[in-house]
Amino acid sequence: MQLDNVFGIAGTALNAQAVRMNATASNLANANSVAGSEQEAYRGKRPLFKALLKEEMTHGGAQFMGGVKVDRIVQDPAPVRKTWDPGNPLADKEGYVFHSNVNEMSEMVDMMAASRSYQNNVEVVNTARQLMMRTLEITKA
Amino acid sequence: MPAFSQAFGIHERALGVRSQRMEVIARNIANADTPNYKAQDVDFKAMLKEAKTEHLQATHEKHFAGLTDAPDNGMRFRTPFNSSFDGNTVEMNVEQAQYGKAAVEYQTTLQFLENKISGMRKALRGE
Repeated sequence: MQLDNVFGIAGTALNAQAVRMNATASNLANANSVAGSEQEAYRGKRPLFKALLKEEMTHGGAQFMGGVKVDRIVQDPAPVRKTWDPGNPLADKEGYVFHSNVNEMSEMVDMMAASRSYQNNVEVVNTARQLMMRTLEITKA
Repeated sequence: MPAFSQAFGIHERALGVRSQRMEVIARNIANADTPNYKAQDVDFKAMLKEAKTEHLQATHEKHFAGLTDAPDNGMRFRTPFNSSFDGNTVEMNVEQAQYGKAAVEYQTTLQFLENKISGMRKALRGE
């Protein structure tokens, strides 16, 4: 029955949006982290979503065809900022520290978008649940 | 008992198509943030026609292959009002509206079925 699949599909989306919100939380938490070298500096994490359009992409047991999954997490390619702070214990030989490349404003916006998408999918589940309850009550007609 | 197998008329099949439409729109909403995802919808008319037609089948070894008319699964890609940066054609407001509409349509078909059942019950009870 197709109405069953709605729960699975919306579930995959809830999961993906939760990962996105986790990444945002991690980015915001590390917005002020500094590091001693450019390689070690914190770079924003972005989950990349992918639609589950093929049978082999889904796991056995549950029909989640058409859902969404987090394909991979990519690093924000924006350059990291470096400042001269010789008093910092993490500073390199020349006295520079490397800040994260997280933009707090865009992270907040991304978090709101993720939260709205999450709410949308909760609403999808709610509606499907109500319809299913009504379908069960058909025998009482 | 042919009387009972046809008792629900078109509504039995319609309910299947309606719930499939709910699934397709749920897919679109789930993939609202997926790059390059193309939103789809169900052509209700085409699907109901498909549910009622019987297709040519090769039942003999001398039947020509490839003459079978391909079944139409009723899936159509949605044309977005605005194009987006990441190639995604899901427009959340449109999908929300369509999901609400699909839910109401599902309930409509359900109501028709309920009426049929209660009518049959009355006839059986003879009250």
